Amino acid sequence: MLLRRELTRLLLKEIKLELKQRYVINGILLYLVSTVFVTYLAFTGTITAETWNSLFWIILLFVAVNGISKSFIQESPGRHLYYYTITSPQSVVLSKILYNLLLMAILSMLALLFFVLLMGNMIQNPLLFITALLLGSLGLSSVLTMIAAIASRASNNFSLMAILSFPIVLPLLMTLMKVSGSALNSYSWAGSIPLIVILLMINVAVILLAYLLFPYLWRD
Amino acid sequence: MVIKQYWWKALSLVLLLYAVTYGFFVEIPQMPIIHQSMRNIFYHVGMWFGMFTMLIVSFIYSLKYLKGFDEKYDRVAIEAVNVALMFGFLGIFTGMIWANFTWGSPWVKDPKLNGAAVGLVIYLAYVILRSSVEDRHKRAKVSAVYNIFAFVLWIIFVLILPKLSSSLHPATGNDSSTPVMPMGLSPSMRTVFYPAAIGWILLGTWILQIRIRMSKIKHKIEEY
Repeated sequence: MLLRRELTRLLLKEIKLELKQRYVINGILLYLVSTVFVTYLAFTGTITAETWNSLFWIILLFVAVNGISKSFIQESPGRHLYYYTITSPQSVVLSKILYNLLLMAILSMLALLFFVLLMGNMIQNPLLFITALLLGSLGLSSVLTMIAAIASRASNNFSLMAILSFPIVLPLLMTLMKVSGSALNSYSWAGSIPLIVILLMINVAVILLAYLLFPYLWRD
Repeated sequence: MVIKQYWWKALSLVLLLYAVTYGFFVEIPQMPIIHQSMRNIFYHVGMWFGMFTMLIVSFIYSLKYLKGFDEKYDRVAIEAVNVALMFGFLGIFTGMIWANFTWGSPWVKDPKLNGAAVGLVIYLAYVILRSSVEDRHKRAKVSAVYNIFAFVLWIIFVLILPKLSSSLHPATGNDSSTPVMPMGLSPSMRTVFYPAAIGWILLGTWILQIRIRMSKIKHKIEEY
């Protein structure tokens, strides 16, 4: 009960903070638009479904790393100390994951819209693709939130964020690409169900790890 | 990690001497494509056994560190990663030489190779993470958290990747669809393979023990 109340409060706090500092989210949006535009200009002529798929996920990965890396450095250490005294670390990390999930879900939908607009629509099974996007948003937000928390404890935050997260995010990304790849190639769900189960399992494992490990990062 | 006995060091030496000598004489099945290069299995696969054991040791000691925040556990965790990286690079190199003979190219797109490469990248990132945190206690804590998080995800990667694509490596369990070598080592090969694997693991433990002592001494000198 207490956890849920803390969670909603912290989540609302995150959203308010984001809306107050519009330039951050606008920056990420522009980043997204310009990366898609760069790929659009770089690839002249036709591209295959595989290329389409890999480009889309690579762009989304970079957008996610960019958007989530600020999670723990945006606010001052003093403010973190204040949260430390009034809330439990679990609700802090869960609220960050939930907030980043929201952010990633919106960003990935926009990315899809813009990507389809410029690179053409190759999706045959939109519902499966959207499922992959939502599961991907959850996975990326939980892995990257945890890595952002780790990187925020060290110096040279941004490059660390990339080198720590890229190899770790791979199991998730490869499975996601496989699912969305089959959404590009066929109408059927049959082959993708086991992969979706794997994705769900990865997500559960990551969130569980974040829940258990974050308190150690938080205490200083 | 205090192991006071010496017998296992002698055992490691004996087993490895046996592997590098008898490994070249033992009778192996005649197979197309790989022929005599099959003997590399005693040395190449041993590297992965060593790496894996060291990573498990590191994982366990990171868990232990988070339980009591005792610095000696952190020391074991980082030194085990260092030894694992050494084994990992050796494993990649021995594998590349072998692959060049049998598959015609030192690097092929194969889930096992990718899993190994990703493992190396993860733990190189771990080393960089450690060097970019100044405070000693903070460094130990942050890197222990990363180690646990990364190890679990790496295991998932190694387990699920073969299910997503086929492997050139011989089948293990039910994954993989294109075995080069019908699986099952011949009985004569087993007599070298298992002793060699144990020998490499023991050698790794020995190196680990020496490295831990070195880091302890270095730490004492710095404090002094």
